[in-house]
Amino acid sequence: MKHTLSILVQNQAGVLSRVAALFTRRGYNIESIAVGPTEDPRVARMTIVVEGDSREVEQITKHVHKLIEVLKVTDLTHEDMVDRELALIKVTADSHNRSEILQIVDIFRAKIVDVSEKSVIVEVTGDEGKIEAMIRLLRPHGIKELARTGRIALARGARPEPASRGVSATA
Amino acid sequence: MAAVDLAQQDERGRRPSGRRMKATQAFIESLLAEGVEVIFGYPGGAVLPIYDALYDAKIRHVLVRHEQGAAHMADGYARATGKPGVVLATSGPGATNLVTGLATAWMDSIPLVAFTGNVARSAIGTDAFQEADITGITLPITKHNFLVRRAEDLPRVIKEAFHIATTGRPGPVLVDLPKDVTTEEINFSYPETVDLPGYRPTIKGHVKQILEAARAIAAAKRPVLYIGGGVIASGAHKEVLALAEKASLPTTFTLMGIGGFPGDHPLSLGMLGMHGTVYANYAVNECDLLIAVGARFDDRVTGDLRRFAPHAKVIHIDIDPAEIGKNVQADIPIVGDAKAVLSVLVEKVREKREQEWLDTIEAWKREYPLTYEEKPGVIAPQRVIQEIYEVTRGEAICTADVGQHQMWLAQYYIFREPRRHISSGGLGSMGFGFPAAIGAALGRPDLQVWSITGDGGFQMTAQELATVRKYNLPVKIAIINNGYLGMVRQWQELLYQRRYSHSDLHDNPDFVKLAEAYGIPGFRCTRPEELRPLLEKAAAMDGPVLLDIHVDQEANVFPMIPAGQSVAEMIGKKGRLGT
Ligand SMILES: Cc1ncc(C[n+]2csc(CCOP(=O)(O)OP(=O)(O)O)c2C)c(N)n1
Ligand SMILES: [Mg+2]
Repeated sequence: MKHTLSILVQNQAGVLSRVAALFTRRGYNIESIAVGPTEDPRVARMTIVVEGDSREVEQITKHVHKLIEVLKVTDLTHEDMVDRELALIKVTADSHNRSEILQIVDIFRAKIVDVSEKSVIVEVTGDEGKIEAMIRLLRPHGIKELARTGRIALARGARPEPASRGVSATA
Repeated sequence: MAAVDLAQQDERGRRPSGRRMKATQAFIESLLAEGVEVIFGYPGGAVLPIYDALYDAKIRHVLVRHEQGAAHMADGYARATGKPGVVLATSGPGATNLVTGLATAWMDSIPLVAFTGNVARSAIGTDAFQEADITGITLPITKHNFLVRRAEDLPRVIKEAFHIATTGRPGPVLVDLPKDVTTEEINFSYPETVDLPGYRPTIKGHVKQILEAARAIAAAKRPVLYIGGGVIASGAHKEVLALAEKASLPTTFTLMGIGGFPGDHPLSLGMLGMHGTVYANYAVNECDLLIAVGARFDDRVTGDLRRFAPHAKVIHIDIDPAEIGKNVQADIPIVGDAKAVLSVLVEKVREKREQEWLDTIEAWKREYPLTYEEKPGVIAPQRVIQEIYEVTRGEAICTADVGQHQMWLAQYYIFREPRRHISSGGLGSMGFGFPAAIGAALGRPDLQVWSITGDGGFQMTAQELATVRKYNLPVKIAIINNGYLGMVRQWQELLYQRRYSHSDLHDNPDFVKLAEAYGIPGFRCTRPEELRPLLEKAAAMDGPVLLDIHVDQEANVFPMIPAGQSVAEMIGKKGRLGT
């Protein structure tokens, strides 16, 4: 099954390639990867979606944890979490189907972010299932281009998990 | 904040104090602060500033003849002493020549710190002359690596490099130094502590788990203790002995674990695995409890995983959590340093003795002792090892290269102490043994050092004859000359119907003349009666000596469990085929 790993790393040059290369080297396939800073500028969060059974994923988690710049690895798969992806979808839209597309966009609480004579760009945010459904419904209209982000995720609730835990403050 | 101020802060915003000096001087001072006694290196354009500083530095530099030699020497030095080995090479080809050495150290968890020069920062990424992305290249074969982008960071990076290389599960660390970084001036003060929030190796084992292990040992009827290189790295040999004796545990070791338990102890089973003893493999096959310490269930040990130790409950003690459950599921996992965990376990375990089990093992030992065939008038390679053992009273440091002679050294030289047997286990790098012996000789001038090598592997780093000569290091080189890539020939004999495809070395050079060309005394030995006197003569000589010992060309390493198989398929149990 797919696992969502949340990895806190020191925000330094080269960390992304270290982590990504490790997955490849150990024979794992990364389905998606998203990286960005956290509330602490010294720390970045990588969210990686990887396929594997629990034993395999536990194994790669331990390897990732060994990287010197990795602060924390959490497998969010079985946790109560919020996960999101974003897609930009350019669809053929002319006078015949434009209203139908608008309807779909409305139902999915998506947005039209660009309009031209023959096409529109739809922006949709949600979990993987929602994005897949949106794509499925838009496909008959003719998808011209598609761009998707990787998944990002956070555990729900108030459990404090500041990114900087463990990073000592330096004045 | 003023720009000037910013420039004087390191990347973590600290404002350094200290003496103003050239970065190259700071490099030397940092190594001295780490207690480095010797650097193995080779100069080139990108490290000229560092070599200039080395010209009158209070640090020993050993000039090698190939950077691979430098890496293996530093590795041999580290294995023999337990201290980190230090390497210095130039950019591009100098750096890439280190790759095999780094990979060798990586696979066997040996602490090395390798410094490479690189092109100036502004030229990085432009395919400049002698540029190589060595941090990229060595990513999978180093524990960590650094590209130093600011001269002010140099002392901190060196501190971290040594810390990472030598703590936790040790390993090689590479520090890449752009040339223009080394020519700047900095305020030097060597940091006293490291700040690595993502790096906190677990040392102490979980007490509840240790108690669980003690209970499992109490309950076991047929326990076996299985130790690996982690015991050597951790210095846990005394604790291993105490545990084995207290609970009467038959003890077997991997190639990397040799010396972690006295090979002549009544509880010793010798080495296990592909070329292990019959009784070690039988014991593991029959045991009901396998206590693995600092070992990683490598395929050369386990063969077919599904049929390995089929009746055993497994206790796995390792400092690296990623090793636990990697190949074999552990019933009682304990993450921690071998010495720290065992010292608690020894206390918690009850004295016991499973006599029936020990008797079974004794019977196996009587029926299947390690043995080999001897042909009249021909030197058996195994005998060479036995006689070197006798001549050195089992006290020498012996390095192996890779192949048949490596296995014979592991089988027939009985090591009683750690850090005396030095072998490339994980990577199996031909060319390792001779330079490793040079490193060992520099690290342990108090011990005799023998390089037991093959006629094939010796030629992969034979250029280091110049290095032993230059520094007059008393390395005894014993070439087990079988005129073949013997291990390849053995597999071809057994698995490819004797089709000896490209494994014949009958056009070898005259090794005695080769030694003489380097100003090193060389002797050839072809008859059994010449062997002992020659070994004694060599042992008594000062300085380097090379022995070209012509042995039985078609001797095989037995017993043998063919790759991927199990005890049931073991061949050569009585030292020859057909049993
Ligand atoms: C660098 C390298 N290349 C190839 C091999 C594969 N290999 C393993 S053992 C061996 C033969 C070694 O021959 P020799 O050094 O003469 O030792 P012997 O087996 O005869 O004792 C070879 C080619 C290796 N281990 N390392
Ligand atoms: Mg040979």
